[in-house]
Amino acid sequence: MAGGTAISGARAGLIALLSPAYLWLTAAIFLPLSAMLFFSLVTELPFGGAEWAFTLENYRAFFETPTYATLLWKSVRLGLIVTVVCLLVGFPCAYVLAKAIRGRAREALFLLVILPFWSNSLVRIFSWAIVLRGNGVLDLGLNALLPFEVDVSLMFTTHAIVIGLVHSYLPYVILTSYLALQAIDDNLIDAARSMGAGKPTILWRLVLPLSLPGLVAGAVLIFVPVVGAFMEPRILGGRVGTYYGTVIEDQFVAVYNWPLGAALSFILLAVVLFILAVASPMLKRAQA
Amino acid sequence: MARVSVEGIVKRYGTVAALDEVSLDFEDGGLFALLGPSGSGKTTLLRAIAGFVFPDRGRIRIGDQPVERVPVEKRDIGMMFQNYALFPNMSVADNVGFGLRVRKVGAAEERRRVGEALELVQLEGFGGRKPHELSGGQRQRVALARAIVTNPRVLLLDEPLSALDKALRVDMQFELRRIQREIGITTILVTHDQEEALTLSDRIGILRDGRLVQAGPPREVYNAPADLFAATFLGEANILPGGGAGIVVPEGVAPGAVLAVRPEAIAMTRTEPEGAGLSKCVGVLERRVFAGAMATCLVRREDGGEMKVVSRDQDIPAGLTEGDRLWLSWPVDKTLAIPPEG
Repeated sequence: MAGGTAISGARAGLIALLSPAYLWLTAAIFLPLSAMLFFSLVTELPFGGAEWAFTLENYRAFFETPTYATLLWKSVRLGLIVTVVCLLVGFPCAYVLAKAIRGRAREALFLLVILPFWSNSLVRIFSWAIVLRGNGVLDLGLNALLPFEVDVSLMFTTHAIVIGLVHSYLPYVILTSYLALQAIDDNLIDAARSMGAGKPTILWRLVLPLSLPGLVAGAVLIFVPVVGAFMEPRILGGRVGTYYGTVIEDQFVAVYNWPLGAALSFILLAVVLFILAVASPMLKRAQA
Repeated sequence: MARVSVEGIVKRYGTVAALDEVSLDFEDGGLFALLGPSGSGKTTLLRAIAGFVFPDRGRIRIGDQPVERVPVEKRDIGMMFQNYALFPNMSVADNVGFGLRVRKVGAAEERRRVGEALELVQLEGFGGRKPHELSGGQRQRVALARAIVTNPRVLLLDEPLSALDKALRVDMQFELRRIQREIGITTILVTHDQEEALTLSDRIGILRDGRLVQAGPPREVYNAPADLFAATFLGEANILPGGGAGIVVPEGVAPGAVLAVRPEAIAMTRTEPEGAGLSKCVGVLERRVFAGAMATCLVRREDGGEMKVVSRDQDIPAGLTEGDRLWLSWPVDKTLAIPPEG
């Protein structure tokens, strides 16, 4: 009996410790999501005495207007491109930080990696606009260095959007890869070398498989928000910057068609969850 | 298999010399233990032979090939690490076969040699397991199989048994010795455990502060230590006063030499022992520590010095208790004459 009370006492303690976090998650995620789900199923917002009824019309709109699907595909493609670029740029960076640099230099470089988090994202995007626009910092800089005239105007192109998004999300993949790489015992690499393995073999058969969980975690952290991104496409993409995310944003802030915006959001959520579910066998294998 | 020789190698880290003019020969097929306290340079020496560290000066040869600038992956060595360093993402068979696959021996050949290596370490049928499904001793065997499967010219072991508990460690010492003899591979082992060095090796080398203090067969080093450090690091030694009453100085001892005697060479009696060729002194038993088959006694000599005696429990005079007066004696030829420093 005494043991039973001790255990239930410990359980009560655990529940007490867990409850603030779960209450917060309930309040911050579950309630708004429920509200959005409700909005996506009504004809009008039930505020100010408006007439409203339940309907699936908002979801039908997605399937009846091919533009939405086209834009969703465009956003998914953007998400994939940004994720791949972030992985290609971030992983080597994390590798150098984790395995090649030690001591003070590592701390300093690490600070530089997370520096973007310290500035407002809007400020970051507008500073990219200053760099990328014709006659901007990049254009002037290149022309000052190169002996021939170049005309660099990346502003309002897909490239500009990708550059801005990669800059915003790169730290995620560096941090997750760094943690995974840091956990790899240097003796493993030494052992592989002692067996005659060169650098490519060690990277391909040892370092990449062992850091896969970090790479996958970073990829998910990037892919999910980028698919729904609207700020970078809008500011850096201009005319070409119409994506699924910007359409949703328009429904909420410009057209005031919240039910449609909510429905489009849930379709995005479903598609992203579907993609993650399809990718999850790979995720599981990475963890094994 | 090959002979390994190291000649005058120096490795500095900043102003600290991790290795300072170390020269050593490792015979073909022998098992050599490098022994020393932490920071003595023994691991640096092993890593220099492996090729992880390039010496600033000096030569390293494996067989007839000078290798001091050859990187580790081209040296054809086998190495076992302290924590075994098994690849957690690969099965036992893939771990063992890693070096063979790097050498592109072909799938059939790989399977055959992995099977042979696992058989040698008595782990047949474990090929499909993952490292985390193995016990400490099994992991150690896998690491050994992985290190020898490529038939390397030399096998390097970095504190191979330190992660195992005592009983398993003793088993593995015999096992390691058996396998090493069976394949006749030149083996260099780093350890800080003197017992391990004594039981396993044909020859030992004692290092201190990056210098080689003494090298030779274990018995020789134990019975004729080159200096006070070697005498006290390998086993224990009671330092004797420079010829007190009853303590006989052996013949032919250089002037200035320090006399010492091993704790297990000393006999304890209640009365003055008779007989020629004995050194003896009187003391008071201060402490007696029972430790299974052996007992350790601390005895205070009349001149104030302390003597440690290790003796079988039944060899201690009956009823001897702390505070009793007793005689210590040992054969004169068991007296160690340690050359003066420098």
